[in-house]
Amino acid sequence: MTRAISGYHLEGSVPLIFEKGAPGRRGYRLRERAVDELPLDELTPPEHQRQQDAPLPEVSELEAVRHFIALSRRNYGVDVGFYPLGSCTMKYNPKVNELMASLPGFAHVHPYQPEETVQGALELMYNLEKYLCEIAGLSRATLQPAAGAHGELLGLMVMKAYHESRGDHHRVEVIVPDSAHGTNPASAAMCGYKVVQVGSNERGSVDVEQLRALVGPNTAGLMLTNPNTLGLFEEDILEIAHIVHEAGGLLYYDGANANAILGRARPGDMGFDIVHFNLHKTFSTPHGGGGPGAGPIAVREDLVRFLPVPMVEKDGDRFYLDYDRPDAVGRIKAFYGNFGMLVRAYTYIRTHGPEGLRRVSERAVINANYLMRRLAGHFELPYDRHCMHEFVLSGVRQKKQGVRTLDIAKRLLDYGVHAPTIYFPLIVDEAIMIEPTETESKETLDEFVDIMLRIVREIEEDPDLVRNAPHNTPVRRLDEARAARQPNLCWCPPVEGAAGE
Amino acid sequence: MPYTSMTEADKQAMLKVIGVESADELFADIPESIRLTRPLNLPKGMAEAEVRRHVGALAAKNADVTQYACFLGAGAYDHLIPAAVPQLVSRSEFYTSYTPYQPEITQGVLQATYEYQTLIAQLTGMDMANASIYDGATALAEAALVACNQTRREKVLIPQTVHPEYRQVVHTYLRHQNLEVVEVPYKDGATDMETLAEMVDDTVAAVVVQQPNFFGVLEDTRGFGRLAEKHGALLIAAIADPLTLGVLEAPGAYGAHLAVGEGQPLGNPLSFGGPYLGFFAARDELVRRIPGRIVGATVDKDGNTGYVLTLQTREQHIRRERATSNICTNQGLNALTAAVYLTLLGKQGVKDVAYQSLQKAHYAQRAITALPGFSAAWERPFFHEFVVRTSADPEELVQRLLDYQIIGGLPLGRFYPELSDAILFCVTEARTKEEIDRLVAALEGLT
Repeated sequence: MTRAISGYHLEGSVPLIFEKGAPGRRGYRLRERAVDELPLDELTPPEHQRQQDAPLPEVSELEAVRHFIALSRRNYGVDVGFYPLGSCTMKYNPKVNELMASLPGFAHVHPYQPEETVQGALELMYNLEKYLCEIAGLSRATLQPAAGAHGELLGLMVMKAYHESRGDHHRVEVIVPDSAHGTNPASAAMCGYKVVQVGSNERGSVDVEQLRALVGPNTAGLMLTNPNTLGLFEEDILEIAHIVHEAGGLLYYDGANANAILGRARPGDMGFDIVHFNLHKTFSTPHGGGGPGAGPIAVREDLVRFLPVPMVEKDGDRFYLDYDRPDAVGRIKAFYGNFGMLVRAYTYIRTHGPEGLRRVSERAVINANYLMRRLAGHFELPYDRHCMHEFVLSGVRQKKQGVRTLDIAKRLLDYGVHAPTIYFPLIVDEAIMIEPTETESKETLDEFVDIMLRIVREIEEDPDLVRNAPHNTPVRRLDEARAARQPNLCWCPPVEGAAGE
Repeated sequence: MPYTSMTEADKQAMLKVIGVESADELFADIPESIRLTRPLNLPKGMAEAEVRRHVGALAAKNADVTQYACFLGAGAYDHLIPAAVPQLVSRSEFYTSYTPYQPEITQGVLQATYEYQTLIAQLTGMDMANASIYDGATALAEAALVACNQTRREKVLIPQTVHPEYRQVVHTYLRHQNLEVVEVPYKDGATDMETLAEMVDDTVAAVVVQQPNFFGVLEDTRGFGRLAEKHGALLIAAIADPLTLGVLEAPGAYGAHLAVGEGQPLGNPLSFGGPYLGFFAARDELVRRIPGRIVGATVDKDGNTGYVLTLQTREQHIRRERATSNICTNQGLNALTAAVYLTLLGKQGVKDVAYQSLQKAHYAQRAITALPGFSAAWERPFFHEFVVRTSADPEELVQRLLDYQIIGGLPLGRFYPELSDAILFCVTEARTKEEIDRLVAALEGLT
């Protein structure tokens, strides 16, 4: 078969790296030993020595390269095609950002070097913090959290420290809308809070009357995304903020959807006290197939003292790390955060400037509304009003025809498009959540509409074609139930003599 | 403006379809009183060439380990990185991908993650591993939470020989769930086993051991394992440099229930402290309690092998406030990096890295402690990091080493006041004999 020597074909399976190579083969060689050596047993007592070698691969460099290139060709990214994954802001990741993060002065710097030798890195962090605070409309920020959920956890710790500093130990409830990201309630629980859910009204916004009834002396705060996960701006935000603050709670801003409001409105001005940004969404750092991200949080003036150690400070021309913070909540990560992502976000902000960032949001919102209007006649649009950077359709009409949203998503893959986010938010039946971002062209959006309409036609003419999708992908629909029922999480060498199952 | 393609003609055509006159109408839901009516107060935008000059100038202000010989470790390690690692990881099909929610078109990331999980399980001698946690410190904190949930106990013992920042993160995480963290004192550079034996009882959920410990010293891991087992506590092995496992016994072999740590040494650059990755390996019996993404093998409709995110009912997007953790985005690309690195180094390469680091560190330690004014802090087996006491001021000494193009080691006073006369050095396989000799000569001249 040609497949054994050619990586060109994409169908079928790629053997695991463990099934390749041969004993004694190596993909990297160290230089010759140069220092005087002592016998191993004299340095490391035998009881500490490994008894069985780790059975790692034995492949040449070329074998390794071909293997991972073959895998990369079986993967989809923004550089490959349209990625309208709602709530994830899959915008283009500028190449100059990658180049800047790989400069030796950033990529090859040890976190414990003397401060005099990392002044450029500290200056970048100091200024990035200032920029994020300006965009958030708040006082100070920490760059430590590694992801959005990590920022949520830290923000809630700050919330707790604030209440405890006031002797408010009974504030144990965090309110979360029913449309919230799953990380919100999970972060609240991880921080030791009780989660209370508030419903949405018929316009897709927080039900203000319900909220009023829920707040009270036990309320620690409310977590909110604005625009919310339906892509709608919470019009009652000022009243919501008033209700929560009157009850003695704080307002937490989940910044997952901040791409809609840059330079247009600031969470701090809306009344939010604690804000996280996802640098890997709004500020273009790549998602990496599941991270790394970065989730800095910004807070209002009287919460600054609770931010974790260390903070970057400036004394004259000198930047330094300040660990002398007696009220800090502690630390949620070793060192200073996902610095490489900070370099990328900094580069992005400096490239755009204030006008550029404002245009990012304007174009993201135009793209989303254009796509929504073009698709609205063909799919159920549960909340028919202008959206912000994303919108949610419902596949209920198609469901009546026997085709589910999952099937539509899979059929999109056949046309070379990544599927939108589906079945989220939970309050929309058969949800299809679409976020085009500002970096996509009108032609791409039009092509996506054409594909969606083609699928609508297919559902009428040949629903099985859609139900059985995808057909043209490297593998077809995968048995997820089996994966969960009989977990196979690690490769094991085949047992000798156990031929054929 | 960069990175978008909307022309004025596009914009007008799109606004017409939307049915509005201007883009401002789309923002009408924002209450007027909070609309920003001035430009953000940020520096104005720059063209690519300008931004490269500006950011490049910031980078140039830093001293980096390609120019200086680095003898710093303490949780971040300057190991050699094969040229093929960054080349492969910078394939943008990988790095511009999201978490693989559509497995049919993201088999690349999914299979690589499955291979990563296997490689970590092989290296640690454990049954399984997840797709990564943020870093070594957060992996340890999550492991402590797993142990408390599994045993339904509320106390974790953590030796003072565990990385100080890891301990701080564990304290910060556990305090918010009203769980107790108790530190175990050390004696002569290793955990005081007699005191530990007195502290472990049937209320302890987990005992942590870092191997090698923060001082580079080898802990009595089997002794830890026996004490934990006797009292029904879980043993958590914390490993700051998994490459030491090329020579050192695997945690699975000394009774660890969870083996977690810092994956940065596996091909990831130092990058001023991040992004790194926390590896997280466990025994099979804990699989449904562990946090984060897990990839599993399955088959497609045609019977072909394929990979999917699995056991998702543990996770926040399904279980919400009852999830095992709030983690969503992890460190996927860093895990891919680790998989590529371990594949290239392979069975022999990992042993060679560990062995050479060990030998070079001991060569350096023998030479430094032979100098007047320097002495070993204790007589204990160590791996590739070691503590020396000095009659000079450690902070000043480290400053002056910069003149010799040398970075490090780490003055310990900032973490251990009782060791304010001590420095922690690290020597990996990346250091040459010439660099080590330069360090020794410089130290000799400076005291």
